Amino acid sequence: MAFFRQVLVVGVKDLRAELRTKEAVNASFAFALVILLLFSFAFDPSEEQTREISGGLLWIVFAFAGTLVLNRSFARELGNDCLDALISAPVSGAALFLGKALANFCLVMAVELVSLPVFGIFYNVRWTQQFWQLLMVLLLATWGLTVIGTIFSALTVNIRLREVMLPMLIYPIMVPALMAAMRLTTDLMAGTPIGGDSVAWLRMLAGFDVVFTTVSLILVETVLVG
Amino acid sequence: MRNKIIYGLGALAILLLARNIYLISNFPPERAQGMIFKIIFFHVPAAMTAMLGAAIALIASVLFLVTKNFKYDALAVAVTEVGLAFLAANLITGSIWGRVIWGIWWTWDARLTSALVCWLLYAGYLMLRRAIEEPTQRATFAAVFSIFAFLDVPIVIFSIKWWRTQHPQPVFWGGGSFPRDWSIVMLWNLIALLLLGTVMTLIRLRQEETQRELDSLRRMAHAL
Repeated sequence: MAFFRQVLVVGVKDLRAELRTKEAVNASFAFALVILLLFSFAFDPSEEQTREISGGLLWIVFAFAGTLVLNRSFARELGNDCLDALISAPVSGAALFLGKALANFCLVMAVELVSLPVFGIFYNVRWTQQFWQLLMVLLLATWGLTVIGTIFSALTVNIRLREVMLPMLIYPIMVPALMAAMRLTTDLMAGTPIGGDSVAWLRMLAGFDVVFTTVSLILVETVLVG
Repeated sequence: MRNKIIYGLGALAILLLARNIYLISNFPPERAQGMIFKIIFFHVPAAMTAMLGAAIALIASVLFLVTKNFKYDALAVAVTEVGLAFLAANLITGSIWGRVIWGIWWTWDARLTSALVCWLLYAGYLMLRRAIEEPTQRATFAAVFSIFAFLDVPIVIFSIKWWRTQHPQPVFWGGGSFPRDWSIVMLWNLIALLLLGTVMTLIRLRQEETQRELDSLRRMAHAL
């Protein structure tokens, strides 16, 4: 019980700190808008084509914009040696990690949920057709991204070139989750509900989440304490 | 003694490679693909050597996290670097074959994509090491990353397989027919490449040890 309270305290603390400044979320959303704008030059956004690649486009936007949030997660604690204080606090590394992951999850999810309608408007995609299934895919894939992002945010917080290293390390690891999310999102955007082949992708996505959440929880103590 | 072992193994690897290349060049051209087919004698063993390297890197990384003995960290980085070189050889030979048979250097086929993702993962491992100066932290973080990368490999391979496949089915377990004496040469070439990999790893391992010795001497000098 105490464990979950600790998770909650860390998560709420992170959310509160972020919501007071809104620096990561604002930057992330602005970045998402910029990428959405750039896509319009990369291809001629005709309706049919856009729907076919909508999943891929969206998840590229989410992965790029999400990294900005994830980069801040542990870097925020560097000032005033907050990270050392957090590590020496009577909270297990796993609780600290889960709390931060939850906070990141909420923030990245928020950026995604705001970018989604903007994407729909800009590219004339009717994304609400399978809204609940789309939301489930968003939740599962975003959790996968945030778990990987949070553990690697802890790993890269003290090293040189932090901002460059994080995306370089996490994107190759995220490949399976991103692929599943892209496939499923493209189908759902076209109005096809999940079924047949796409069930396997959904399972893969869930499996990815389970595997990497477990491994991160096991290894986080090593990363934080050494 | 250790030098002699390295030289001995190296000489053995070279001799074996020379013998294999001689045998391979004397094989008749394959019926459908002609001469270019022979690249398989290097393409497949290189992939196997790289996979073995990744597995050893995982074991060494776990052992480092358990024992905190830098010997294992040195082994992990040595085999990862050598494995990466073999994986690059695998990708390049595959690309040359693809240019001749498919007419294109690259295609986003399942195996090619997975191999590229693996290559990027382990290149990330080396980049991560470069960015960390403190040895204990470097070794610990690199070990954690290596575990993540290794766990990711099967998921990557399976998920990309679901996408689409253009790569020829494996000639050994996929029901293809491969003459017996060709298989034997393939096996010998695998042994040759494994030997070569071992020699490279041993040399790399010694460099790591020297590096660590230098670092500790430097730290001692600073302390004085």
